Amino acid sequence: MSRTVYIIGIGAISAQTEESIFLEKPIIYNSNIFQAISPNFKEYIPAMALRRMSQVIKMGLTAGKMALQDANVELPDAIITGTGEGCKQDTEKFLESMLSQQEELLTPTSFIQSTHNTVGGQIALNLKCSGYNVTYSQESASLESALIDSVLLLNEKPSLNSVLVGGVDEVSNRITSFGYLNGFLKEEEIENLSLFSKKSEGTITSEGAFFFNLTTENIKDSYAQLKGVTNFKAESSIEISEKITEFLLKNSLRSQDLDIVFLGKNGDLEQDKVYDELQNTIFSETCQLAYKHLSGDFKTVTGFAIWLSCLIFKKQQIPAILKLNAIYGANPKNILLYNLSSNTNHSLILLQKP
Amino acid sequence: MSDLRTELKQSIIEQLNLEELSIEDIDNDDSLFGDGLGLDSIDALELIVLLEKDYGIKLTDPNQGKEIFISINKMAEYIESHRTK
Repeated sequence: MSRTVYIIGIGAISAQTEESIFLEKPIIYNSNIFQAISPNFKEYIPAMALRRMSQVIKMGLTAGKMALQDANVELPDAIITGTGEGCKQDTEKFLESMLSQQEELLTPTSFIQSTHNTVGGQIALNLKCSGYNVTYSQESASLESALIDSVLLLNEKPSLNSVLVGGVDEVSNRITSFGYLNGFLKEEEIENLSLFSKKSEGTITSEGAFFFNLTTENIKDSYAQLKGVTNFKAESSIEISEKITEFLLKNSLRSQDLDIVFLGKNGDLEQDKVYDELQNTIFSETCQLAYKHLSGDFKTVTGFAIWLSCLIFKKQQIPAILKLNAIYGANPKNILLYNLSSNTNHSLILLQKP
Repeated sequence: MSDLRTELKQSIIEQLNLEELSIEDIDNDDSLFGDGLGLDSIDALELIVLLEKDYGIKLTDPNQGKEIFISINKMAEYIESHRTK
């Protein structure tokens, strides 16, 4: 029998804050690429270490430490990180140096820190954690893969009690702006809150880090039970509905048992048709929420929805800015997160109030 | 002569992202590693590249760095006698 996994600590850095969302004062951006709101990193990272860290490392390490502090855990047994695009800023810096210096006299720091597993490594170094440390980089399935590994690890090794798991991605000058060229980003600059009313192709993007402390003991302050996580592919809307139903049944639930469904709508005219279909069929009687108009869309953005779900459970409050329909999910107990990326990668995360 | 030392301090602050420091904070005889500025082995690699890039000095033996990167004064003395640009 599998062990029950709980989220007991959360840490998040994004383009919004807890206050901006739950006090209904969302932060407005007028560009299709916007940055996260940085906390005072010096409160979490020594200045001499901070000086050579790029944004993704600072955000990942800080969010990880926030989650540990929140859970009152000093040293986790394992660190599992998901990042869709890794350390883009250092990669760009290194590649630009290669070009400008004709591949000679390249400085080592940006090269060393351009690999995807730098964030997990830096967290381990900072915490002096020599336990299991793995980074997943499977595009939009990166965070979900890290979560699946966390659950498997806690089940395979009953001696382990605490896993720090999270997702992180950053904005960079060049690689992020390639989104204008491949159709990922909208051509016309929009205000983030108008994302769902603009009927055009493409979306908006940002960055963030979302870390969670997982354990198998339900403590008084647990935020949520992580009931299930899966990634899947599907060819049609019927198949998507079937996969969702199958996933819910595996967790002893039906769609009508859901109090809230968090949808990863991103304002892309074509892709959002998939969400529209679900909204009008299996989720028609469920409180539907969206979040990418606040966070932007990026590879590990489902971490933002997990973080929001934890806060909704804790506060028993659903901010109006998230709502897509008029159904009110009173006293929410079951929250399903459904995300679709690049029209091909589907993911489901099921959270339950402990 | 002092211009080279000022130039070195500026380059080190920029290259090693020592955002907290200004030129005035670094004394010419301060230790660059350990209890002084607290630089580490990655910084040593950055300094080796800086010597070659800015002054045309190529260190063939990395152990030489231990004697050259003691302080700003030591670095400046070495640069003055070995620079090719």
